[in-house]
Amino acid sequence: MTDTSQQGPAQPHEEAALALAARGLNKSFSGVHVLHDVDFSLRPGTIHTVVGENGAGKSTLIKSLTGVYQTETGCIELAGSEVRFNHPSQAQDAGISTVYQEVNLVPLLSVARNIFLGREPRGRLGLIDVRALNRKAAEVVQDLGIDVDVTAELGALGLGVQQMIALARAVTTEARVVIMDEPTSSLERREVEVLFSVARRLRDQGVGIVFISHRLDELWELCDEVTILRDGRVVHTGPMHELDRRSLISAMLGRDITEHGVTSFTDTDVSETTAEVVLEAKDLSAPGRLQSVDVSVRAGEIVGLAGLLGSGRSETVKAIYGGLDTSSGQITVKGGPVRRGSVPAALRAGIALLSEDRKAEGIVPELSVRDNIILGILPRVSNAGVLSNRRIDELVDRWIHRLGIKVSSSRQLISELSGGNQQKVLIARWLCTEPSVFLLDEPTRGIDVGAKQEVQALIDELAEKGMAVVLISSETEELVAGSDSILVLRDGEVSEILTDDQVDNSRLLSALVDGGQR
Amino acid sequence: MKASPTTASVPVKRSMSVRAWIANYGVYVALALLVVINAIITPHFLTVANLRLQLIQTAPVLIVALGMAMVIGTKGIDLSVGSVMALSAAIMPLYIGYGTVPAILVGIAAGGLSGLMIGALVSYFGIQPIVATLAVLIGGRGLANVIGGEIKNLSDPGLAVLGSGSLLGIPYSVLSAVILVLVAAFLMRRTTFGVMVEAIGGNKKAAELAGIRIKSVLVSVYVLSGLLAAFAGVLVAARSSASDPRTLGLLMELSAIAAVVIGGTSLAGGKVRILGTVGGALLMQLIVSTLVSHNIPDSVSQMVQAIVIVVAVALQVGRRKA
Amino acid sequence: MSTTSTTEAGLADAGRRTRVEKLARLTQRNGALVILLCLIVVSAFAFPTFASAGNLSQIALQAAFLAPLALGLTFVIFTGGIDLSVGSVFALGGVLAAWASQYGFLAALLVPLIVCTFIGLVQGAIVAFTSIPSFIVTLAGLLFARGLLLALTEEGSETYKVPADSAFLELSRGSFLGLGFPVWIVIVLFAIGVLVLHRTSYGSTLLAIGGQPDAARLMGLPVLRSTLIVFAVSGTMAGLAGALTASYTASGVTTLGVGLELTAIAAVVLGGTLLTGGAGTVVGSLVGVVLLQVVANLINRMGLTNSNWQAVVNGAVLLVVAVAQVLLSRVQAQERQRRRGGEADAPKPT
Repeated sequence: MTDTSQQGPAQPHEEAALALAARGLNKSFSGVHVLHDVDFSLRPGTIHTVVGENGAGKSTLIKSLTGVYQTETGCIELAGSEVRFNHPSQAQDAGISTVYQEVNLVPLLSVARNIFLGREPRGRLGLIDVRALNRKAAEVVQDLGIDVDVTAELGALGLGVQQMIALARAVTTEARVVIMDEPTSSLERREVEVLFSVARRLRDQGVGIVFISHRLDELWELCDEVTILRDGRVVHTGPMHELDRRSLISAMLGRDITEHGVTSFTDTDVSETTAEVVLEAKDLSAPGRLQSVDVSVRAGEIVGLAGLLGSGRSETVKAIYGGLDTSSGQITVKGGPVRRGSVPAALRAGIALLSEDRKAEGIVPELSVRDNIILGILPRVSNAGVLSNRRIDELVDRWIHRLGIKVSSSRQLISELSGGNQQKVLIARWLCTEPSVFLLDEPTRGIDVGAKQEVQALIDELAEKGMAVVLISSETEELVAGSDSILVLRDGEVSEILTDDQVDNSRLLSALVDGGQR
Repeated sequence: MKASPTTASVPVKRSMSVRAWIANYGVYVALALLVVINAIITPHFLTVANLRLQLIQTAPVLIVALGMAMVIGTKGIDLSVGSVMALSAAIMPLYIGYGTVPAILVGIAAGGLSGLMIGALVSYFGIQPIVATLAVLIGGRGLANVIGGEIKNLSDPGLAVLGSGSLLGIPYSVLSAVILVLVAAFLMRRTTFGVMVEAIGGNKKAAELAGIRIKSVLVSVYVLSGLLAAFAGVLVAARSSASDPRTLGLLMELSAIAAVVIGGTSLAGGKVRILGTVGGALLMQLIVSTLVSHNIPDSVSQMVQAIVIVVAVALQVGRRKA
Repeated sequence: MSTTSTTEAGLADAGRRTRVEKLARLTQRNGALVILLCLIVVSAFAFPTFASAGNLSQIALQAAFLAPLALGLTFVIFTGGIDLSVGSVFALGGVLAAWASQYGFLAALLVPLIVCTFIGLVQGAIVAFTSIPSFIVTLAGLLFARGLLLALTEEGSETYKVPADSAFLELSRGSFLGLGFPVWIVIVLFAIGVLVLHRTSYGSTLLAIGGQPDAARLMGLPVLRSTLIVFAVSGTMAGLAGALTASYTASGVTTLGVGLELTAIAAVVLGGTLLTGGAGTVVGSLVGVVLLQVVANLINRMGLTNSNWQAVVNGAVLLVVAVAQVLLSRVQAQERQRRRGGEADAPKPT
């Protein structure tokens, strides 16, 4: 629903000082280079979006601009003068306000209290002058076009309004730069519209806004300018309306083949149609997240799940594994039904899931590599509860060898390993459970090139030996190379299915780009 | 190459920083130092009689601390242990007529029941461990006093043996402590239970996704803590041949938590150090007895204990952040 | 160009909660008060002398000694922390007051307040500037304060007596309009507490620290300063309660206050303040204290003069209330989920 009449001035202002400018930003973490010579310019009175997939460096860029991180090189200018922020509060005091995805306000307090949290107008005895507080809050809120009772408790209001109040709070600091980091993720359509109208008002008042959202439709609706990041580099910057959906996504997701080489997936030409169906998931639904998703995988087949951020890929595999509350669905493995919503049941049935976020859901940091590997098969390596060291050592050594996990010993703490090796440990954990279905959510994310290729080759090998694999990857090239067929998800529903020779890069990109409006 | 700052990390050399070393082994060093110092400045320190005494006095705290360590390993806490001690000591005299062993068993069972209730509240109702065990702390001691009333003399010969007797020169209380330490160490190091406890404390979500039954492990850990606390109560009562529910086990939870924390087990859950807990209990005991044998008043002793606790945790917390 | 106002989009309604949700929330917040009122009404019928002015003011007086403790503790709990030292600091305050009473009324009041505030300040500093959990710091504080207490009283043997003619005694013995001075002090303190929570930046800062600890600093709130103050004040309140008790008993009893922090915590939990921080009520803690006192009074009347029955009942009440709060929270969460049709999936931050 792009209403171009709502967009701001098509022409940027004449050379007024940039609201915020950054030049030559470089940032690394533990030797991993995350931002490469990034330039960024925010004009006052514009809404500028920064786009990029996971790992492209969006978050790092924003954090570098707001004082959470300090970059190794480069300079940042605010309204023409150079600044250096060592702490987010400094950025705030200087006039950069950030609205986060999570509403970081106090639900118990009133709207007015929240808006002026920490900066309330004082009256006699230094106590908060409630009348002045409410009056000023009402002014702010009215100014932004939000119609809400400022004395109402924040927690009683809808999430959309709460997000708006967070925005209002950012505004009362008289910020000239407002950064909105995924503010619409939990909002319904109506609420999004209101948020937009507030943002436009701010823009019209001359505030420079940085807007980040993974919902691409919103970008054309709201933003004036766009900067696209890929692998830590700026690949494009310019007016929003000059870009169409296809070119935006290509720029976001495309890869320079000459630079990175092909994946380690081999071109299999297996005629899968004769193999038995191992996993059959029908009508998986979870209110607000999944809508009647069907997934079917044969032995030896790799089914890819494609989609942009928020399309429901992780939710789908979690639902199959029993880690997500579902309202409906039937799951069968090799013909036998699997109880929904129970991880032990899924494990018993032979399903394994490699989670997307290994830090939050995968590794147990204080435990050794050894303990992490056997975590899923404790009953199998013990007699009456007593661990059988012999069996464990044999199993663990075998997998360490097989997967090429670089450890000084199996007793080394997993937290000391590199990302790639940690991922291999987790893969070993799941392979120990001897699954017939392996669900892999971004298995090669955040690991070095060498490990990446090893993992890809491993997945290939597993499929060759008859395992049914579901693969999620944000790297389209990897997904295309690895999958025998691809399910394209959009807003929790299957929007398209690509099979056989439909599985190629340009076809996938089209599917991601088109496929119906919301 | 796509890299995500939150997950990529370079392989770290195995050499530990000084701070980490202190956190892991500091308690033993401190212990050794204290022994040496005492050997020099305290008369009769290295006598069998004295060492025996030190061990006897450490035993109850240590036993309770074992259970506390396991609970803390799951990121929980058990404030009820002192009251459970009093409860078991109060129940025992009622059944002493059936014989020594039955009475002891009933006392211990009371602790197990308390732990069962707490475990159920924590895992099935999602009540915070501090609140659930706080309720038992308050109510349990009251109950113990209601049952016990006043000081009861326990003149049971069987109990007397348990309290003051020895086997091959080793007091039974110390012997039971040693056995329980070995059992606890075995549980934590060599059984699936130990792995599960540490996994739940280390990363509950990951443990859940690995198919571990969180609820039953949590219940077990509180039951164990209750059983151990009850047994410690029995020992204390047996040694003094009396059961005073008003004071038995008072503030025991603090001593136990101190021993666990000083021994290197973090309140944030994860790694459980049984040996460290032993060290922590011995260290606290030695500190107190050193001060006592040099006629340093109780007041100073308590203040010293407080400082030791803070310093010990400060060292560990630093390590965690690094 | 038309601007979209929220009334058009229908977002201005403040009461989107379902009825079940509202009821659950109301009960959770005010449950203790409801129970208290019911209890009072029932007791008035069951025990004819219960509702007499004399008895009620006696209950109020008894509650007034624990109440300041609960007040200071409540604010600490708002920030998600805990103060286990209040019982020992309370005893310390009492001893200091009794000892200082020989130097006059002002000394008897100020010495405990100053010393106990200082102890709270030190604990607050450790909590604010290191990552040591407040549980540990105040646990150590508990031991330290009691040690200090012993040091000041010749290892517990010396019980300082307040001189019989001292004006200090009047502090707890006098009354105004039928209620003892301590009761009035508590009323004033809680009134101030309510003001602080609702009418100061400090109050909202505390809630923010408890609710969004990582974000609080990013929001520019003075986290360090607030932490220091909240623990210092907790010490002050404990000291005050101790001084009042010393005034009442005319002596500084050294064995008092053992475990008192736990009763205070129980009162706060009963009152509806969440131990996890970020939400709570000042008045609720007062209700919790009074509730515990009423229960004690009733147990006495039922012939069970053994104070241990009190403890048993307190423990049971705490459990019941804790379970009820959890269930009520769950009901609210379920209703919220149903209302919103599940949360829209949020992408992982890049």
